Amino acid sequence: MNQHFTVETDANGIAWLTFDKADSGANVLSPEVLEAFDQTLIQIAQMHPKGLVIISGKSSGFIAGADVKAFAKVDGVASAEQHIKRVHEIFHRLEAMAFPTVAAINGFCLGGGLELALACNYRVATDDHSTRLGFPEVKLGIFPAYGGTVRATRLLGDLKALELMLGGRTLDGRKARRMGLVDLTVPKRQLRSAATKLITEGHAPAQAAWWKRLPSAAPMRPLASHLLARQVGKRVRSVHYPAPFELLAHWRETAGDAATMYDGEARRVARLINASSAQNLIRVFMLQDRLKAEGDKADFKPRHVHVIGGGVMGGDIAAWCVLNGIRVTLQDRAPAYLSNAMKRAHALFKRKLKRRHEVQSAVDRLMPDHRGSGVVMADVVIEAIFEDIDAKRALYAELEPRMKPDAVLATNTSSIPLAVLGKQLDRPERLVGLHFFNPVAKMPLVEIVHDTHTDTQMIIRAAAFTRHIGKLPLKVRSSPGFLVNRILMPYLLEAVELVEEGIEAPVVDRAAMAFGMPMGPIELADTVGLDICLSVAEKMAEALHDPVPERLKLLVEHGNLGRKSGQGFYAWEKGRAVKKSTATGTVLTDEDIGDRLILRLINEAVACLREGVVQDEDLLDAGVVFGTGFAPFRGGPMHYVHSRGSDAVQRRLGELENRFGEHFHADTGWGAIA
Amino acid sequence: MIRNTVEQTSGNLNGRTVYVVDGTRTPFLKARGKPGPFRASDLALAASRALLTRLGMHAEALDEVVLGCVSSGPDEANIGRVLALRLGCKEQVPAWTVQRNCASGMQALESAALNIASGRSDLVLAGGTEAMSHHPVLLNEMMVAWLGAWSQARSLQARGKMLVQLRAAHFKPIIALLRGLTDPVVGLSMGQTAEELAERFGIDREAMDTYAVNSHRRLAKARELGWLDETEPLYDSDGNVYEHDDGLREDSSVEALAKLRPVFDRPVGRVTAGNSAQVTDGAAMLLLASEDAVNQYELPVLGRIVDSQWAGLDPAQMGLGPVHAMAPIMQRHGLDSSDIDVWEINEAFATQVLACCAAWTSQDYARDALGLPKAFAPIDPERLNIDGGSISLGHPVGASGARITLHALKAMQRVGARRGIASLCIGGGQGGALLLESDRTEVSV
Repeated sequence: MNQHFTVETDANGIAWLTFDKADSGANVLSPEVLEAFDQTLIQIAQMHPKGLVIISGKSSGFIAGADVKAFAKVDGVASAEQHIKRVHEIFHRLEAMAFPTVAAINGFCLGGGLELALACNYRVATDDHSTRLGFPEVKLGIFPAYGGTVRATRLLGDLKALELMLGGRTLDGRKARRMGLVDLTVPKRQLRSAATKLITEGHAPAQAAWWKRLPSAAPMRPLASHLLARQVGKRVRSVHYPAPFELLAHWRETAGDAATMYDGEARRVARLINASSAQNLIRVFMLQDRLKAEGDKADFKPRHVHVIGGGVMGGDIAAWCVLNGIRVTLQDRAPAYLSNAMKRAHALFKRKLKRRHEVQSAVDRLMPDHRGSGVVMADVVIEAIFEDIDAKRALYAELEPRMKPDAVLATNTSSIPLAVLGKQLDRPERLVGLHFFNPVAKMPLVEIVHDTHTDTQMIIRAAAFTRHIGKLPLKVRSSPGFLVNRILMPYLLEAVELVEEGIEAPVVDRAAMAFGMPMGPIELADTVGLDICLSVAEKMAEALHDPVPERLKLLVEHGNLGRKSGQGFYAWEKGRAVKKSTATGTVLTDEDIGDRLILRLINEAVACLREGVVQDEDLLDAGVVFGTGFAPFRGGPMHYVHSRGSDAVQRRLGELENRFGEHFHADTGWGAIA
Repeated sequence: MIRNTVEQTSGNLNGRTVYVVDGTRTPFLKARGKPGPFRASDLALAASRALLTRLGMHAEALDEVVLGCVSSGPDEANIGRVLALRLGCKEQVPAWTVQRNCASGMQALESAALNIASGRSDLVLAGGTEAMSHHPVLLNEMMVAWLGAWSQARSLQARGKMLVQLRAAHFKPIIALLRGLTDPVVGLSMGQTAEELAERFGIDREAMDTYAVNSHRRLAKARELGWLDETEPLYDSDGNVYEHDDGLREDSSVEALAKLRPVFDRPVGRVTAGNSAQVTDGAAMLLLASEDAVNQYELPVLGRIVDSQWAGLDPAQMGLGPVHAMAPIMQRHGLDSSDIDVWEINEAFATQVLACCAAWTSQDYARDALGLPKAFAPIDPERLNIDGGSISLGHPVGASGARITLHALKAMQRVGARRGIASLCIGGGQGGALLLESDRTEVSV
């Protein structure tokens, strides 16, 4: 029919509409695709088929959602509203077809893709583990606007639908069936047969039971939305993330009347998408794509990885590689040092894989290898032993002659420069850093550490490997703390200094969270472990000319290491910090505290840019957001600088320097910041 | 490396030379009254994975996998194929399971060797595995019949009637392990066949217990001196690691063993738990290769499998199986006992090994049972089971044949031996033996 859609009619008179977006790995609903879809629907309507099945031609999934790149380019509220209304028309056309329609879903069916599926009479999904259905819109600072709020509430009932749209979580085929989002969930091999069956049997399309629609009765809505808003408020603040609160306001005002609901979607979402929160979240989404692209420069798919070091980092890196389909040998001095890593790996596999044969196959791919036999077969060798220069060098001397000539030799060091570690290698240029963060299973970023001598091919391969295991690679120059730890350290140290000055820890943490950090710096230090913070701080103190606070040393000396010891800056009970704040007023305003924390971080970011630790501002922002959780809705520290005004930030730094000392002295790199 | 490239002609492995590249085994873990931490395929996988990794080989290179196992678990039908797939072999690689009771592991090696000799395969992973602690407990036939009827009974009334029919006898389980160790044809347990031999050859309790203590001492010494380096540790999902055979009793003594009561024939029997093989879980895997494969993958060579023999005899005398299997090999190659540097005769029972040694040198036995004009010279006890055996480290039935072959080759390498023999008795009245040679062709007789 056109370059994105093809239609075939089978012997039963059913039209099969295959969506296969041209020049794209995934199906996304760009404005152009949507117009093509509309044209296709018009033509199908004239064919008078017995039924219509919409199915994807991509192995990656059904439809990944709306085109986020187009979101970034919206110009103005009016044009966004116009676009949404146009999509409403197209989906109305689909919904009003004179014959039954089915969405046949395998793989991703998200956001706008799910809204398209909801405009069909029936949905069938596969039970494949790649199948995910949901509304991730809130994560981009908006809510479903292609009729999703109307059709999801009608199908699922108000509370379930709102929960799905507010949380942004996705469901597999079985859970989607249980919730009522799809009519049937079948094995992949039966997707087409099931779609045919739904058309030929012609049951009435599903609808929520009447009592599930009770909350939408006008008198009920204020209370229901109030309660839901309170729940959402526990997770996020409306000033930072307005979308879920806007969704609730939209529902409260318009539920019960479809026409006003469609209008409400268009009006509110058009406004949201033009506001800074959504635009910054979209920016972060695109930065993620940029990091991914960094890993696509080589077609390097390692089959065997050898990890040395059965501690938490080494073991978790090994387990993560296994989870991503790679065979791994894990080495340590003796079998006893490997047993704990095996236990942790088992637990991870059970949690992530669920099906017994998949867990089995993961366990089979992970081989404890105290003799280090796996080195000779490995495509990537990762050293993750304790931070000791001599021990690491001695290990490399054993590894290098046994490794395959083109294998990557990587270190997970967080503090020792590559030049120092690689000194005695025959080919020092093959050594790269693969700096994973703890916990490996949760942290998306991996710093690819290199210096001017590193072999470019090795950097490209290290990045491709990182991508292959589903992580985001960020190239950083080998300098103390690399990017993430280096930027975090002044922020954490400033927090400790504030506490030393007499500001209570909960007050400091509150100020950081008010800025949008996912966790306050003091709680973060306690969680990471104060001994680890101290050791990193000491290693970086020299390079950064930043003295280590006495308070931190004292706590560690007394064995108060934070969460793991039950006492750090906070007392910890059942894995939670006890935050007791006694003083009502402090000498400093929350604004002062927040700026002292954040501007230290930003000043360090500028220093990193000046030194070329990362290539540019966007990559720095990406690294800091994915490496530290830095308030995503701010779009990254440098983006924040620009939105607040570079001059204003520098002036504020000067002011802080006058009041609190020269560690606020603006870095010389500010001159290059536009 | 200089290699014997001459084709073998005088024996049961005619054709191309069969090399043993290397082998590994798991620690042997004593069954302790409940299912152990590893299933039979887990054990075989652990040994195989370590073996291939040690050699720097990808499983894709294998031509086939042959695995011996007496009784695999419910998820392990054709356990050989389960192993091959879990190991990461290509889907196209065929894999099969062989069963010849206690010689299943040796049968796997022989089957692999035959396929290499004939030119059908070049690189074969073969060995044996057994998780005796996982051998099933079965419902008896009464219960199975009752359950069959229950599934037919539809109405509440019919089901009520059936419930009333249930008796305690329905719930009496069948312990497959115990049934498996009882000969169904002559009605004797394996222990009772050992008692037969003790009576026949006049082997007393002290001789048996002394033999058993010696087995423990030899194993202890071998462990201490690092002579068991074919053993690779096992790791379970709860953070435990198993590095050693846990049946070893370093404090074992003749006095202590004398206190044990006979297990099979009370009250006058002599065979006790202390002088019998232990019920154990374990696996042993070997990589066998043709000359072509050795050259192609630049593999090391541990030795060669030169000849093989199976023999049948009275099931009540099954313990003498090794004598019947070894004798024809010796005959074919014109060897006498002094030509064999390392002997492994599986220690099913102390008395059974001692009976084999007695029969080996008995003129009467040679003439009447073996049809030979003259008996063999005595087997030097210092060359027999030199690093302990199934009494000290256990006898996972499907695995032992592979273990003794592997260890014989390892011991041959250590002592600089030219020839070795690995042999075992087989429940049901059979014996099996392999003739092994080191690869050091420059050594002459």
